[in-house]
Amino acid sequence: MSEHGEVNLDELYREVVLDHHRHPRGRHPLPRVDARAHGFNPVCGDEVELAVALDGERIAGVEIQGHGCAICTASGSMMAELVPGRSVGEAEAQVETFRSVMHGGTWPTGSDPGDLEALEGVKHFPVRVKCALLPWVTLRDALRAWRQGHAQAETTSEEEGAP
Amino acid sequence: MLAPSPQASSFDPKVLAAHFPILSRTVHGRRLVYLDNAATTQKPDTVLAALARYYTTLNANVHRGVHTLAEEATAAFEFTRRRVARFVGAPDPRGVIMTRNATEALNLVARSWGERLSVGDEVLLTEMEHHSNLVPWIMLARQRGVALRHVPIDDNGRLNLRVFAQLLSPRTRIVAVTAMSNVLGTINPVAEMAEAARRVGAVVVVDGAQAVPHLQVDFAALGCDFLAFSAHKMYGPTGLGFLVGRPELLEMMQPLYGGGEMIREVRLDYASWNDIPYKFEAGTPNIADAVAFTAALDLLEELGMDAVRRHEVELTGYALERLASLGGLEIHGPRDASERGGLVSFADPQIHPHDLATILDTHGVAVRAGHHCAQPLMRRLGVPATARASFAIYNHRDDVDALVEGLRHARAYFGVGGAAS
Repeated sequence: MSEHGEVNLDELYREVVLDHHRHPRGRHPLPRVDARAHGFNPVCGDEVELAVALDGERIAGVEIQGHGCAICTASGSMMAELVPGRSVGEAEAQVETFRSVMHGGTWPTGSDPGDLEALEGVKHFPVRVKCALLPWVTLRDALRAWRQGHAQAETTSEEEGAP
Repeated sequence: MLAPSPQASSFDPKVLAAHFPILSRTVHGRRLVYLDNAATTQKPDTVLAALARYYTTLNANVHRGVHTLAEEATAAFEFTRRRVARFVGAPDPRGVIMTRNATEALNLVARSWGERLSVGDEVLLTEMEHHSNLVPWIMLARQRGVALRHVPIDDNGRLNLRVFAQLLSPRTRIVAVTAMSNVLGTINPVAEMAEAARRVGAVVVVDGAQAVPHLQVDFAALGCDFLAFSAHKMYGPTGLGFLVGRPELLEMMQPLYGGGEMIREVRLDYASWNDIPYKFEAGTPNIADAVAFTAALDLLEELGMDAVRRHEVELTGYALERLASLGGLEIHGPRDASERGGLVSFADPQIHPHDLATILDTHGVAVRAGHHCAQPLMRRLGVPATARASFAIYNHRDDVDALVEGLRHARAYFGVGGAAS
């Protein structure tokens, strides 16, 4: 986002993003839960309640509740579509890739970001980057807690490590 | 029907706006419409010039040199102390302590007066306090085992004074309350509360960060013991705040910081304290900003706080009507502009405050979105966040119109409410 001159809101709120915001995926309760995390952005009050069902090392399903802005809601909705079926390691790698894109990097060649690509414009609105990342760092912390044998992790976006 | 035209104001906000250089810049190609004044106000050219003048003609350390510059800088610094005392009706300038901000002033009271409290004692606060008047007391409660009590608010955002009266008891050692809510705008009956608190022997601490810049606040008439506020919310520089206290209480308190200026005599293993207020002002203070702050006080005294208040009531009334006319917005706090300060917190049930603030920003309109450092109040209101427009002497109806236009655009963008841009 330039300091002067017009900004393009459409770059931030792409139609795909608004669609996820209006009809968020991953709101259905999971039949069973193997990992949980509570994500909170103390700056704006956005909250994510994340539950993950695992089938061995593979993510079987994701449930995401809470409340947040359009960017946070859409990002969580996209995550709920993208991560089921992936291994824990693949999901963790995707969190790291998305983080680096939000902090100014580009998608690695051969990666398939899916709808997440529509959030790339957020990186031009620095104060909104944490909104997009909150569901993902919450997923990272849920999976980390699960690896360490804990059922529940507490996340704040402050720990996410802004650029 | 909209409120009558602003003939009641005795100054022209557009003329004033021309004296605030930053207001002539653009944001995203639009005129800057600055409506985040409860966070910090912009600075007039007189304050900016006073800052430059200090460093070009006066700069020296205070209270410790015999040369001319040191003497002149000290005189200018102490002049600010007397001006601040006069501005808030404090009879004795020795009761004016310069701090970094209102937060530091509140922490000073909580820690230094708080040393006198112990298990069984209570501190009475309210549900609408800013974190700066909650967290220092939470820290005190953890350290000394005192209990915290909170006056609830009603659905109009006013304190429940019946419950306040019930919560007051001989165990109540401190009552700490904001004179004006930074979220709801509510103006609290602080004088009435102070009188009741004094009857049970409690010390009264008033957070004046929002009230002092916008209302006539008279320390002596309020009947409180401590009053905290910040220069940067009243057209002055950042990094300067004040604790105004009753001298007889300040005499009884221990300093928080040790170092230069706050001492009378130091040996290798012994030190005694300077007189008030200096014993609370260790180290080199924020001399330049303190000296420049008198230019902001000049401006407010020239306008008159009554005229400032009339202007803000008029503008807030206009904003409340324009926002209500949009339909479907939740507006927090008292409905009547005469019962509230110059700010309006609102939420669109279908658009998150952060999204609203981003879209308003593209219109050049700066508002605050978030919890406003009042998470317990957000919980009480049942909202994660609100958007807040807060007004100052240089805001006028065009600014409110720009806000409303931006909100219409946000709704059109999100396909809410059928409002067209």
